[in-house]
Amino acid sequence: MAKGVWLVAEQRDGAFRKVSFEVAGAARKLADELGEEVCAILLGHDIEGIAGELGKYGVDRVYVADDVAFEQYTTDVYSAAVAKLIKENNPSILLLAASVQGKDLSSRLVGILATGMASDCVDLKIVDGSLVATRPVFAGKCYAEVTILTTPQMASLRPNLFPTVENEKAAEVVKFDPAIDAVELKTKVLEIQKDTSGRVDLTEADIIVSGGRGMKGPENYNVIEELADALGATVGASRAAVDAGWRPQSDQVGQTGKIVSPNLYVACGISGAIQHLAGMSSSKCIVAINKDPDAPILGKADYGIVDDLFKVVPEVTKELKKLLERGE
Amino acid sequence: MHIVACVKQVPDSETLIRVKPDGSGIEEDGIKWVMNPYDEFGVEEALRLKEKHGGDVTVISVGPARVVDTIRTALAMGAEKGIHIDDPALEGADAYTTATALAASIKDIPCDIIFCGQRAIDDDSGQVGSILAELLNIPQLTIVTKVDVEDKTVKVIKPVEGGQLLIESSLPCVITAQKGLNEPRYTSLPGIMKAKKKPVDVKDAAALGISVDPKAKVTKMIPPPGTPPGKIIEGDDASVTAAELVRLLREEANVI
Repeated sequence: MAKGVWLVAEQRDGAFRKVSFEVAGAARKLADELGEEVCAILLGHDIEGIAGELGKYGVDRVYVADDVAFEQYTTDVYSAAVAKLIKENNPSILLLAASVQGKDLSSRLVGILATGMASDCVDLKIVDGSLVATRPVFAGKCYAEVTILTTPQMASLRPNLFPTVENEKAAEVVKFDPAIDAVELKTKVLEIQKDTSGRVDLTEADIIVSGGRGMKGPENYNVIEELADALGATVGASRAAVDAGWRPQSDQVGQTGKIVSPNLYVACGISGAIQHLAGMSSSKCIVAINKDPDAPILGKADYGIVDDLFKVVPEVTKELKKLLERGE
Repeated sequence: MHIVACVKQVPDSETLIRVKPDGSGIEEDGIKWVMNPYDEFGVEEALRLKEKHGGDVTVISVGPARVVDTIRTALAMGAEKGIHIDDPALEGADAYTTATALAASIKDIPCDIIFCGQRAIDDDSGQVGSILAELLNIPQLTIVTKVDVEDKTVKVIKPVEGGQLLIESSLPCVITAQKGLNEPRYTSLPGIMKAKKKPVDVKDAAALGISVDPKAKVTKMIPPPGTPPGKIIEGDDASVTAAELVRLLREEANVI
């Protein structure tokens, strides 16, 4: 019988990505309900040293494969290594992050393991011994409860939503042979172009400041950038601003852009079209600054200011700088 | 080049989605059905590659009778032929099952690249392209914003957290399209007229030789949780409202 809650931990340049701890926390909770163990799979190069760290986040055992072939993620070797281990161990549940890498890997694994997966989940629970996942559909206009009928029951988890757990127990670290020598490499990463802005990616940011049509033009985004600097935030944009060519595609938050869930989302001059709300409504705290009192975004906001953003935003920046200077 | 573009018909992104009172699904009346925008990027890219390198484009869709409109749209854009997989057993099918049907319809046609949207804007699942690639035992290039084909290889740009990757792959492969890949063309009247005469094969699960064996099912649809009304910070003096906002974010919301 299938047993155990498994996860694929994600690391980059030898450090765990925060979402891996969130996935571990979710796995721990499910495993405690089922009375099963939490096992993590860690792939990478020169990463053996970090494996034990997962114990602190609720993992009982970490299976590690350290190989130069894992230095850069490719679907070919990662999916082969994970699938081999999963087939050998037959877990009941397999969780991944709904990150760029997690999305690519998890859906390939669905194909290899011929199973079902609920992707980009916001909640997981056990009902009658089976995994029931809640996930936004229609870009968050409603939610679906999904039951996976085959094992491993797979789910990918939206970053920034699942709480981490603290655990006193150290994790047991086990090396495994990923048997990837026979894997035919059909794809190759030729070049990695790093973003040099120094800002955290939108999907990983704790704080996001976004500007929309109300910014009136690309030259005015310095107002947003300054606020973002004061908050240590990442800058986002609405579809209107991206389609107008004011901001790059990679900045777009919404149904056809990035789905984000930061602790704080500040929407400046964004009316809140349904496709934008879809991309950010799971943010923990939403601030809207908009001069139109009827803008739908104000209905979604925890705090709203109905005023000209060009007056308010610089004042907010000034206020934050005062706090910083006072060292608070 | 022989290119396949998989398309899904979905409610337009401006559609108000209403959950049926019993939670069994969504109300379908009044929905405007369109081609999934990410699939449209795939169709457009397929047509551009065909125009550059020669060849043909086949468009495939799974769904009920109304799906033909979406296939005809792709044919009007310039695709040569359509395959319509129509079987009640595939209605609301999970990603694996849908990919199985697509794979069965593709396996016997020559094909260098298969385009899918990176996700559909109805179920937001984002799995079908990769599962399809696995079932056909070919590589996948997911969430891609640029495609260049040279001889028997393809180079793509894939945005990742904190940058982008340049990836090379052998052909055939599956590519899933992300916004930014291109600007899809509009259909022209002559295109629409021509599309009416282009062939569309209709197949069901039996004709494809697949068994429908669900891996996942949606047990309940739930309306989104209502948001409690927020606080509007009143006042005409921006320095005062700004200071109040910062205080609330710090003392009440504890987010800064």
